[in-house]
Amino acid sequence: MPEPVVIGKDLRKAFRAPGKGGEVPALDGVSIEVCAGELTALVGPDGAGKTTLIRLMAGLLAADGGSLRVLGIDPAVEPQRVQDRIGYMPQRFGLYEDLSVQENLDLYADLHGVTAEERGERYPQLMQMTDLGSFTGRLAGRLSGGMKQKLGLACTLVRSPELLLLDEPTVGVDPLSRRELWVIVEHLVREQGLTVLTSTSYLDEAEKAARVLVLHDGKALAQSEPGGVTRVAAGRCLVLDPGPGNSARSLQARLLDDAGVIDAVPEAGRVRLVRAAEAKPGSAPETIAGLAPSPVEPRFEDGFMVLLRGTAAHEAAVDIRLQRPPSPAAGGAVVEVRDLVKRFGDFTAVNHVSFEVHRGEIFGLLGPNGAGKTTTFRMLCGLSPPSGGTLRIAGVDVRSAGAAARARLGYVAQKFSLYGSLTVAENLEFFASAYGLRGPMRRGRIDWAMRQFDLGSHEHTASGELPGGFKQRLAMGAALLHEPDILFLDEPTSGADPLARRAFWRRITALAEQGVTVIVTTHFMQEAEYCDHIAIMDGGRVLARGSPAEIRRRAHSMEDAFIAVVEEARTREAEAQA
Amino acid sequence: MKDQGTSRAKLRRIAALVRKEGLQMIRDPATVAVGVVLPVILILLFGFGLSLDVRNVPLAVVLEDSSAPARNLLAAFALSPYFRPQVVYSLQAADRLMTAGAVDGVLTIPEDFARRFSAGDARIQLLVHGSDANRARIMESYVEGAVGAWSARQSAEEGAAAAGGPVNVQSRLWFNSANDSHYFLVPGLIVLVMTLIGAFLTAMVVAREWERGTFEALFVTPVRSGEILLGKTIPYFALGVLGLLLCIVSGKFLFHVPIVGSLTVLVAGSMLYVMVALGVGLLISSYFRNQLVASQLTMLATFMPALMLSGFLFDLRSMPLVIRAITYLLPARYYVALLQTTFLAGDIWPVILPNAAVLAVMVALLGYASRAVTHKRLG
Repeated sequence: MPEPVVIGKDLRKAFRAPGKGGEVPALDGVSIEVCAGELTALVGPDGAGKTTLIRLMAGLLAADGGSLRVLGIDPAVEPQRVQDRIGYMPQRFGLYEDLSVQENLDLYADLHGVTAEERGERYPQLMQMTDLGSFTGRLAGRLSGGMKQKLGLACTLVRSPELLLLDEPTVGVDPLSRRELWVIVEHLVREQGLTVLTSTSYLDEAEKAARVLVLHDGKALAQSEPGGVTRVAAGRCLVLDPGPGNSARSLQARLLDDAGVIDAVPEAGRVRLVRAAEAKPGSAPETIAGLAPSPVEPRFEDGFMVLLRGTAAHEAAVDIRLQRPPSPAAGGAVVEVRDLVKRFGDFTAVNHVSFEVHRGEIFGLLGPNGAGKTTTFRMLCGLSPPSGGTLRIAGVDVRSAGAAARARLGYVAQKFSLYGSLTVAENLEFFASAYGLRGPMRRGRIDWAMRQFDLGSHEHTASGELPGGFKQRLAMGAALLHEPDILFLDEPTSGADPLARRAFWRRITALAEQGVTVIVTTHFMQEAEYCDHIAIMDGGRVLARGSPAEIRRRAHSMEDAFIAVVEEARTREAEAQA
Repeated sequence: MKDQGTSRAKLRRIAALVRKEGLQMIRDPATVAVGVVLPVILILLFGFGLSLDVRNVPLAVVLEDSSAPARNLLAAFALSPYFRPQVVYSLQAADRLMTAGAVDGVLTIPEDFARRFSAGDARIQLLVHGSDANRARIMESYVEGAVGAWSARQSAEEGAAAAGGPVNVQSRLWFNSANDSHYFLVPGLIVLVMTLIGAFLTAMVVAREWERGTFEALFVTPVRSGEILLGKTIPYFALGVLGLLLCIVSGKFLFHVPIVGSLTVLVAGSMLYVMVALGVGLLISSYFRNQLVASQLTMLATFMPALMLSGFLFDLRSMPLVIRAITYLLPARYYVALLQTTFLAGDIWPVILPNAAVLAVMVALLGYASRAVTHKRLG
């Protein structure tokens, strides 16, 4: 057997903590091997150490301890020799946005010393692979997110590298482009025998690799073929039917609190469950007695959650309690959108969108980048005037009474939009004042947010230095200070680890049960399962609308259903034009 | 495996980086604005804008000659919106007014004015309160303008035969007598423009690459860090030279600034300074990989001192000792000295050589330092 392309042993790397002294370990004794001609995946949530590990291999960082050899070279000692031979695609690939597709390719071809005749051979291949052939003259900045990623990949492939390092190539890319990227990568490995190391936080992608290294908090939880991780959950996976009159979501929430349960997620109107190992075979946790569980095959994610729960403490139950339930609906929908249109010049960003959301419902807006989700959101919040259509929130027309409507809604933006240099307490105080709260009321609300979102331990931490999960909780706490009836969440879980995501949805479920109406956008298709209704958007239009179960009827997973809906609509469009 | 270490491979990579930088430069409206539009705007602003500030200047006129042409000249001043003349009959009286700050200048029309005017050799003397060097310079040029216009009108009215030649204004600055440059404007502007293009723009474009993450992908290629530096330097050097030419051309044809010294020395000295500015910009942006910080810091560290402490706007000799000591650290100081000499006095080697030598040493030091801080490393 040939020597592995990458051999890392007991790698350690720490970074200085922002603000305070002291160091935060990013890699804490990780060993890895990447074999020639194979696809190896680094799997783990944000902050697990994936990027640090890849940067060590690219010679962009030097390890504090351990040994690393890439192609037989120590990248910390001779970075240039490694960099001459590998291809590397960082998470935000550095495309020059003011250069065209062709100019970006030419730049990298020049830097790699690719001759004219090699280009004549290589370029058509790359164009065919990435489907960028008809866009060579377009500026890279004007490409969609998925096309940018494909161009980034093409730039690293202008010549055949001996090792290809990909750092989360599919992050922030819609499911369609994600699938296309994977087709390219799998083709490279299978047909061209390329050695590829890729990192990902999408657990389903790991199943495509020959070997996976599961990272969490700078430590390797497992290194094996993906089946090895999946098998950890063997015989522990069940699917439960909540029974008539019960929602899968509330059953799932209850199950998560059970110590005998490792993981529970809603899926197609039922609940998928992973039991703790201690439970005797045959016996199920108490809560599900009488719900007729049926065993199912484990998935990679199930094994991953078992491994993760082995290290992370079970988060205390987070049952959020409102001080005042939202006012009962005055009949009709809480949010009512009719024929909503938004035009920017001759570009129609939102094209006759209609939907309605009732009190206590969770409504999900799904769609690829540029589908018009955020624009719709901005109009709902009264941040941007619609070009046409009607928008009613709690019976009030947003266009004529924007301020009144806004007082009843809370908004959590996609990016962390609190003041990073203010502490948790200061941020809450500021937002309380901004919502016009005073006196004992204000004190009460701030205490409530601190308690409900478990922020007490970080009260005096600058919010910019909070761990990711806490930032998200603070943002939600701030958005709920004025007791809104409606909560808007724009991509709230992007970048959060699976545990934080489950805790987040646990809170959202609790809010909805108490009558808060929630509208959420997400690009994690599994999260659509938490919603009562979803709408799939593309090109400014709603392509499909219904309950998750109804949408899923078309395919075997939410993601496939999504892709089917979008592709079908695009094909129809293309036919109509032809 | 191709050999990436040969000098041919190096040159090819540098050429690719220069081409890329050039395309980005042309497509970025901000770069074009700072490199081309700003020099023109600054010249127009400083040239025409500043002069509008001076009006109704109190002026003591010592009328030693009471002939018709002398009174006629006085009337021309009285009618001008720019002056408020006050007639006195002795230099002592004018001196007292000047010391008391009642007037900003003293214009002496000597007793032989009429006689010499008809002979075509008239002289008047101007003493200007020089504490505000700018105002003093503007006043000087206004008086010259007023006298010039007057004598032109005289020749037109009286006919060529009767009229005398031009009137010679001999001006002296009081309290700041060494400051005698009429054409401070263009050399000063060149310093500002070179500083902006050299330091400000490069700091921005390097920081931008860090911010947008474009360096990370670039690093993991056969490209060497020295090549990245050169790839940044060459296009902005070219833009700097373009800005320089714009300043010289507009100075020459718009404001008729003479270039007493040779153009070669002027251009060579400027190239030295652009390289210093580039070095500062590269150094700042390698440390602070953020466009906002880099731009503010370059403004503070290069542009503001070039504006205020280089001897362009405010005379170095009138500064407190401590501040004057600081100016020795500023490259702009040496460049201003070099420029003023070349523009106004000529190729005076004892001035040019030491200043150029200091700039050359700075280029070497900054080049070395930039090279040392630019690693293909993150974190």
